[in-house]
Amino acid sequence: MIVKGVIMAGKIRVLVAKPGLDGHDRGAKVVAAALRDAGMEVIYTGLHQTPEQIVEAAIQEDVDFIGISILSGAHMTIFPRILKLLQDKGAGHIIVSGGGIIPREDMEKLEKVGVKKLFGPGTPTSEIVEWAREVIKK
Amino acid sequence: MKEIKITKDKWKKSITKSKERDYRFESVSGEPVEILYTPEDIEGLNYLKDLGFPGEFPFTRGVYPNMYRGRLWTMRQFSGFGTPEDTNKRYKYLLKQGQTGLSVAFDFPTLYGRDSNDPFSLGEVGRCGVAVDTLRDMEIIFDGIPLESISTSMTINPPAAMLLAMYIAVGEKQGVPSEQLTGTIQNDMLKEYQAQKTWIYPPEPSMRIITDILGYCSDQVPKWNTISISGYHIREAGATALQELAFTLANGFTYVDYGIKAGVPVDKFAPRLSFFFNSHLDFFEEIAKYRAARRIWAREMRNRYGAKDPRSWLMRFHTQTAGCTLTAQQPENNIVRVAFQALAAVLGGTQSLHTNSMDETYALPAEKAVKIALRTQQLLAYETGVANTIDPLGGSYYVETLTNKLEEQAYQYFEKIKSFGGVIPAIEAGFFQREIAESAYRYQREVEKRQKIVVGVNEFIEEEQPKMELLKIQPEVEKHQVERLNQVRRERNNQRVKERLRELRSAAHNGDNLMPKILNAVRVYATLGEMCNVLKEEFGEYEEPLIF
Repeated sequence: MIVKGVIMAGKIRVLVAKPGLDGHDRGAKVVAAALRDAGMEVIYTGLHQTPEQIVEAAIQEDVDFIGISILSGAHMTIFPRILKLLQDKGAGHIIVSGGGIIPREDMEKLEKVGVKKLFGPGTPTSEIVEWAREVIKK
Repeated sequence: MKEIKITKDKWKKSITKSKERDYRFESVSGEPVEILYTPEDIEGLNYLKDLGFPGEFPFTRGVYPNMYRGRLWTMRQFSGFGTPEDTNKRYKYLLKQGQTGLSVAFDFPTLYGRDSNDPFSLGEVGRCGVAVDTLRDMEIIFDGIPLESISTSMTINPPAAMLLAMYIAVGEKQGVPSEQLTGTIQNDMLKEYQAQKTWIYPPEPSMRIITDILGYCSDQVPKWNTISISGYHIREAGATALQELAFTLANGFTYVDYGIKAGVPVDKFAPRLSFFFNSHLDFFEEIAKYRAARRIWAREMRNRYGAKDPRSWLMRFHTQTAGCTLTAQQPENNIVRVAFQALAAVLGGTQSLHTNSMDETYALPAEKAVKIALRTQQLLAYETGVANTIDPLGGSYYVETLTNKLEEQAYQYFEKIKSFGGVIPAIEAGFFQREIAESAYRYQREVEKRQKIVVGVNEFIEEEQPKMELLKIQPEVEKHQVERLNQVRRERNNQRVKERLRELRSAAHNGDNLMPKILNAVRVYATLGEMCNVLKEEFGEYEEPLIF
C-alpha cells in the first residue's frame, strides 16, 4: 500500500521505506512529515516491505532518493540487497540513504558500498532536508 | 485557606518584578507548569476517598499495604539475543548478578510468528532478541533455570498463546505443573495496532485468541499474568504522558469488556491483568501518571464492572525507562537519564523495573552496560533510602494537582474514544495512530527549534564521540538456527504434527478454546510458523491504515 500527495514538477521526490519485520515507525513518520513540510514529494511505503517491493516502488514512483528506516539490526542484509536490486534493474541512479539503530562502524561500511548517507539518532530533520537539497539539485 | 489565598495573591504580586529566564515552563508532554503549588490547588482533595491507604481502595498510594518494606520491586532486565544458547548464558549471568526475574526478548521473526527459514526472516534471526522456532529452543533457553522458583515475563503478542504453551511444556519436562508457573505474557494486541505495529491477524480474531488465553489460564495457569496492558510502546512511539495513560487504560477496559463478553467472570480474570508503563524524563509528571492510573483502574473496576474481589481493583505494573530518551551523543549521559527515570518509577510504586543500558541507541546492550543498568536499580533500592516509606510524594501540592489533572484529562480521552464506538473502531479510523504521530512530530520540532533542550544533542554538544564496545550478533546465528529447525523437523513425528495442526484448525473454525490445541501441537514440536499459519489461513491478516 502506498500513500502519496499531489505530484508537482520540480519537486524532490522521496520514498520513505520500512523494510523487514521492524515495526518501529516513529522515526520514519517524523522524517516523512518533515520532508513533506519542506516541500518535497513524499511517498511512504508503510511497514513490512521486502527489498523487492521497496525497489519496485522507488522505480515506479520515479523518486530521487530512498530513505530507509531500520531499527531491527538487519541493516547489513537489507541495504546491500536494495543497492543490488537497484543496479540489476538499471536504477542505480536512485540515491539510497537511511537511518536507525546502526552502529557507527556499520554505517561506515555501508557508506563505502554505496549507501550515500546514513543518519543516526538525534539527527535534526533539517539536516536531512539540507542534505537532500544539496545532493539532488532540481 | 482564606488566609493562604490572600497571602498567595500578595506573593504573586511581589514576584511580578522578578525576571524569569527565557524558558518554556512546561512538562515534557507540553503541559504548562505553575510557578508554585499550594493548598489552594488541592482544596477539594478528600484524603480517604481520593488517596486512602496503601493496599486499600482506591490504591492511589500503592497496591500493597507495606509496599517495598515487604518486598522490593522485581529487578527484571529485558534480554535475549542470538541463539537460545547465547540467551541461556546471559540469563544465568544476570541471575548471578542479583537479578530477580527473567524477561525474554524474542527476535522479529518470532514476534511475528514466523520460522527462522521464512523469507521474511532473512537478516533478522537472533538480531533483536532470541529466535524460537519450536519447543526445543525454549528447552535450551531455560536449561538449568528452575521454573518453579523464577518468574518469567515474555514480550510476545500475536503468537503469545504459542510461547506460553511452550513455557508450560518446558515446565512439564522439568516436572513443574502449570498451576505453579509464575510470569507474564504481554499479549496486548490493541497497543500493537496503535503503536508497536507487530501484528498477524485482524483485531477481532486477535481478541478471541486473547480471551481464550484468559479463560484457559484462569483454570490451568492461575498464577500467570495473562495480559500486560502496555503503555510503554505507545509512549515510545511518541505519545505524551496523558496519551499513554488514557490509551492504555482504554485498552485495559476493552480487554475487560471482551473477557466478560466471552463468559469469563470478571473476578476470575481481572486479578491476573497487569500493566506496563514507560518512565520518561518529566519526573513529577511520571509519578502522577502512575498514581492516577491506579486510582482510575480501581474505581472503574469496582464501580463500572462490579468486580468484587479487591485483587481485581489492583493495578500492578512493570516499568521500563524510556528508550526514546536515550541519546547516541555522549552515551554515558544515558546512565544518568536512566537513574532519574528509575527513581520516578520507584516513587510511583512500580512492581518491577527494567533500566535501559547506555549503549542502546547503537545496538543491543553489551554486558558491561547491562550491569551498570542493573546496578542503578540496586543503588536505588539499597543506598538512597527511597524504599523506606510509601508514596513519599503523596500530599505534595504539585504531585496531587498533577494526579488530579491527568485523571480528569484521561476521562476526556475516554469520551473521545467512545465517540468512535470504542477502541477497535478508533484503531480502524486511525485515531490513535494519528494522535501519536502528531505528538512525535511536535516533539521533534520543539527539539529542533530548541524549545526543548536535549543535553548533548541540541545543547552542550561535543564533536568528539567516544568509542564503545558494542554487542555483536554473529552472522552464523541464522545458519545455526535454521539447521536446528531442520533437524527438529526431521526427528519429530510428522504425522502427529499434522494431526495436531488439523485439530487446531478445527478449533479455530468451531470456536473451541485454542489453548489446549496449541499446547498439544507444541508438545509434538510443531513450529511456531506452522501454528501461526494455520490461524492465519482461518483468521486472515491485518492491514493498517497509513498515516504520517
